[in-house]
Amino acid sequence: MNSAPHTPSPLHDRGGPAQPLLVVRNLKKHFPVRGGPLERTKKFVHAVDGVSFSVPKGKTLGIVGESGCGKSTTARLIARLMQADSGSMVFDGEGVDEFGGIRLKEFRRSLQMVFQDSFASLNPRLTIAETIAYGPRVHGMPAAEAKRQAHDLLARVGLAPEQFASRYPHELSGGQRQRVNIARALAFDPRLVILDEAVAALDKSVQAQVLNLLQELKAERQLTYLFISHDLHVVHYISDYVMVMYLGQVVETGPVERIYGQAAHPYTRALLSAVPSMDPDRRTESSPLAGDPPNPINPPSGCRFRDRCPHAHPVCEATSPALISLPGDPAHQAACHLNDPASGHPGALPETQA
Amino acid sequence: MTAPLVSLQNLSVQFCGNRKASALNAVNIELGAGEVLGLLGESGSGKSVTLRTLLRLHPERSTKIQGKIEVDGHDVLALKGRALDLYRGGTVSMVFQEPGLAFDPVYTIGQQITEAIRAHGAVGEAAARAQALHMLERVQIPQARRRFDAYPHELSGGMRQRAMIALALACQPKLLLADEPTTALDATVQIQVLLLLRELQRETGMSVIFVTHDIGAAVEVADRIAVMYAGRIVEQATVGDIVRTPRHPYTVGLLAATVGAEHRGQPLQAVPGAPPDLAALPPGCSFAPRCAHASERCRREVPPLESKGGHAVACWHPAQPVAEAA
Ligand SMILES: Nc1ncnc2c1ncn2[C@@H]1O[C@H](COP(=O)(O)OP(=O)(O)OP(=O)(O)O)[C@@H](O)[C@H]1O
Ligand SMILES: Nc1ncnc2c1ncn2[C@@H]1O[C@H](COP(=O)(O)OP(=O)(O)OP(=O)(O)O)[C@@H](O)[C@H]1O
Ligand code: SF4
Ligand SMILES: [Mg+2]
Ligand SMILES: [Mg+2]
Repeated sequence: MNSAPHTPSPLHDRGGPAQPLLVVRNLKKHFPVRGGPLERTKKFVHAVDGVSFSVPKGKTLGIVGESGCGKSTTARLIARLMQADSGSMVFDGEGVDEFGGIRLKEFRRSLQMVFQDSFASLNPRLTIAETIAYGPRVHGMPAAEAKRQAHDLLARVGLAPEQFASRYPHELSGGQRQRVNIARALAFDPRLVILDEAVAALDKSVQAQVLNLLQELKAERQLTYLFISHDLHVVHYISDYVMVMYLGQVVETGPVERIYGQAAHPYTRALLSAVPSMDPDRRTESSPLAGDPPNPINPPSGCRFRDRCPHAHPVCEATSPALISLPGDPAHQAACHLNDPASGHPGALPETQA
Repeated sequence: MTAPLVSLQNLSVQFCGNRKASALNAVNIELGAGEVLGLLGESGSGKSVTLRTLLRLHPERSTKIQGKIEVDGHDVLALKGRALDLYRGGTVSMVFQEPGLAFDPVYTIGQQITEAIRAHGAVGEAAARAQALHMLERVQIPQARRRFDAYPHELSGGMRQRAMIALALACQPKLLLADEPTTALDATVQIQVLLLLRELQRETGMSVIFVTHDIGAAVEVADRIAVMYAGRIVEQATVGDIVRTPRHPYTVGLLAATVGAEHRGQPLQAVPGAPPDLAALPPGCSFAPRCAHASERCRREVPPLESKGGHAVACWHPAQPVAEAA
């Protein structure tokens, strides 16, 4: 960006390039659900159930999985919009909100979120320049500087300030509003941006504009993205790493080429083949996955995918598969007995074949 | 040649309430019996208005409709009273993006389908119930007998969508209008519902207008695709022609902007700008402000939809079909 000398955020690189920007360990969130008046035990939705992962600096981690598998809840827990039941986070080598670690206030500034609903997240009574300047002003930036920064940011996201700065949210199209949301997130000079279905509501022709913008900004500002989306093409396009969730747990994670090229979990394979064919002569003939995801209140024992899995075996019911590294690339991990020679699953690859 | 099942002739729809908009501008669509048309376009391009006009769902007072609609020999814009009731749900029925619009939350799925069957034919209660259960089985709802007595909120999104398809097909319509029936669903469920629609269409031989903004979904179910932009049809051809040799610059742009694996590591080819305001359409081609090929004429005169060999395009400077390499 051509502009404003950013007040260096208190949070610039500390851990060095090899230190992942974010490490999440064993995150859990169970939501209580109201049962009938006669039910004695309280029930819980196992929304996020022991999620661990890390995101390298300057990379994009795509998160995919069926509706309700816990993607947004994971995002909200990381952003501390919601308290986790348990789990810990390390941001650039320092524990978040731990004794001797980074304070919550600093952490919140260096992490910003952009949501799907571009309208609901903007204040209808503020012009878009005011909206973008609002956060930095609250954090003590002088008014004139905040305003100048807002204009620079608008120009950067492709909205000419002289034309747009004084407009209100309802005077913008969906794609323009999403640009404003991105500009507002950038006003804090964040290091991590969580994008939860941020391009889902946009038309295809406009979606491509916003994806290009996100890629440019990432390169310019060394941003790290957590990119949540239903659109498997978009995730393939934008991600460096991909994490696949099923019913509150991570079932597979790894570099994007490995996930899209040699997925190791039966669920990942089914999910990734569920994209419409673009060739009228070779339409999809059968659906890769039958049935609905199981009830998150009472998840199945063992592997949660077992009652929809074509390879399920009694061992899948008896023990839950751990997320283990696969031969060839330790960053590629899957939680399926088929990948663990010691699991006792008859279809498991023998150890020698690596 | 037999008359088409559906024909929209120069159909224009204007809303003249407190928000004025020319939602449809001289739309012409023909659809044969047993044919599936994909209506593809961005948000606000007029897809839903087209379907709602076909069902006469617009408030009469604030809507101005011009042109002609014929479906199965009926002059739809002239239908009244009982004839209109029989047309809706009998000849033509609709599946919505949001199943909440079709189902009443206080009755079970089974009751509502039974009721719909009884409203359109002289069928006894027991026979209608049996037929309703059969419909739930046909849309592949697992444990249909149990789901028959379920309330809409007790079903998952994919199952509600199936139940709505069962409701829409209960009276064996000749034309099914499907308004983004899979947009709100996950990829895995979406493909299930698309396959189901295709199968039911084959079995019943009904015609379908399938509205979507996802070209992939249209390719899976449609025979032909009509591309809408700002209330006009800008291109219409077989699915294969649209995907392989698109001619309207908007269709070309849309296909180029569709993200695929091959784009990794390079910028996407986005169509610049945003769709026009329907209250103030540009005088010429409505795509001209965003089009790289726009000339003076494009900004002045609306290009007519002209058809050659079954491929229709409304553009003064359409892309020339490249001679196919052997
Ligand atoms: N505040 C809440 N109270 C109770 N249950 C909740 C709450 N938020 C989410 N859930 C439940 O937790 C589970 C995970 O929801 P979440 O929104 O994280 O899913 P998601 O993967 O983001 O789905 P989608 O793709 O539909 O956005 C779901 O079963 C959901 O119903
Ligand atoms: N009753 C109404 N009064 C005024 N304007 C309307 C009315 N109904 C629709 N419109 C306008 O007509 C245009 C076309 O709307 P329509 O719902 O057909 O779009 P669409 O192509 O179905 O888009 P989407 O993909 O978002 O569903 C929109 O600009 C919409 O705001
Ligand atoms: S662990 Fe078993 S049930 Fe689960 S995905 Fe692997 S083979 Fe299928
Ligand atoms: Mg979500
Ligand atoms: Mg619509």
